[in-house]
Amino acid sequence: MARPDNWLSMGRWLRLAALFGAAAVLAVPSFEAAAGADLPKLERGKGERCVEDTATMRRHHMDFLKHQRDDTLRRGIRTTKHSLKGCVECHASEKTGSVASTKDDFCMACHTYAAVKVDCWACHATKPPAKPAQAALPAGPAASPMMSAPSAGAAK
Amino acid sequence: MSESKQEHLTGSEQPESAGRRAFLGTSAAVAGASLVPGVILYSAAQGRAPGEPASSAVRWGMLIDTAKCGDGCSDCVTACHDENGVAHKTGPQDPQWIRKVDIRNLQTGARHSLPMLCQHCEHPPCVDVCPTGASMKRADGIVLVDRHICIGCRYCMMACPYKARSLVHEPLTDQNPEVPRGMGCVESCTFCVQRVDRNETPACVEACNAQGHNAMLFGNLNDPESEIARTVKTYATTEVRADLNLNTGVRYQGI
Repeated sequence: MARPDNWLSMGRWLRLAALFGAAAVLAVPSFEAAAGADLPKLERGKGERCVEDTATMRRHHMDFLKHQRDDTLRRGIRTTKHSLKGCVECHASEKTGSVASTKDDFCMACHTYAAVKVDCWACHATKPPAKPAQAALPAGPAASPMMSAPSAGAAK
Repeated sequence: MSESKQEHLTGSEQPESAGRRAFLGTSAAVAGASLVPGVILYSAAQGRAPGEPASSAVRWGMLIDTAKCGDGCSDCVTACHDENGVAHKTGPQDPQWIRKVDIRNLQTGARHSLPMLCQHCEHPPCVDVCPTGASMKRADGIVLVDRHICIGCRYCMMACPYKARSLVHEPLTDQNPEVPRGMGCVESCTFCVQRVDRNETPACVEACNAQGHNAMLFGNLNDPESEIARTVKTYATTEVRADLNLNTGVRYQGI
């Protein structure tokens, strides 16, 4: 009675060990990927920081853009915080001057990696306007609350 | 100065109420100018703040004087297409936002040359027929296509009595960053909405005035003080196809 029991448990052990071994071998490449071996390399945008923190932008940039597009087109609200033009102005590549003309440009780097097709650039310009002075003006007062204190003092 | 006022106030009843009234008046004026410190109300004449939505208190309109519109002149067409990044029309299917039309009265022989563009109707047939809701009228009367949801079915093109709309048949590149356009969507004159929101006039009007024709007048039809409202009130102006009761935003003088 005892022998077959032992024999069975031994077999179970072996199979479990083989399974763990295989899992460990399989896990190695995925662990490397998680550590950033082949993650897309993004060019750093202009300016100090983005309009939202990085985690929020990664997860919700499409929601911000969709909300802004309806506000702008349908209601005529032209705030610059979540506008696609704002994205392009900061994130256009230094090499190509665009956010989506090559695979390494800001938008395409992630979207190629994640295999998510993005339709924006069928209609929207991927490059900032030729005359950036005009676009820089409205962004000035809204830049940061820290900036307004000295300018208000100077006005007095 | 405030001290002398103080003396006055203690002296009699009348000046006190006058002073209080003056104070209330100025504080009301201040409250009207800024509800919250830093938030300024813009009147229609001064344009609106970027965060403020378009309002139905404004109705944008255009008046075209055919007597001043030059025969053979197409500066408005060129300016429009340059501003909005529309290639100059070469083939029958190329998009066209504004075109010059020459008309002749068969009975009298009277000839007129005039620009024809989206008439920005109060009751736009293009909006009525749109199956997706892409064709829309903004609160201030500007009729637009929401390209995000336009499926390119061209129902609106058939519904429009003015042939004002076009479909983009070819893929486009290098669009104006302020005027996104692309293949498979219907488009038409937007009254240069990107310029109007910056409190500028449409490109065609600017070009016409720059050339000294002054045949085009743009403004707020709802503001009785605006030049367009005063002109429309004074002179006989007509809508094209007035029989359709669309109450167009674009009106013509001299036809």
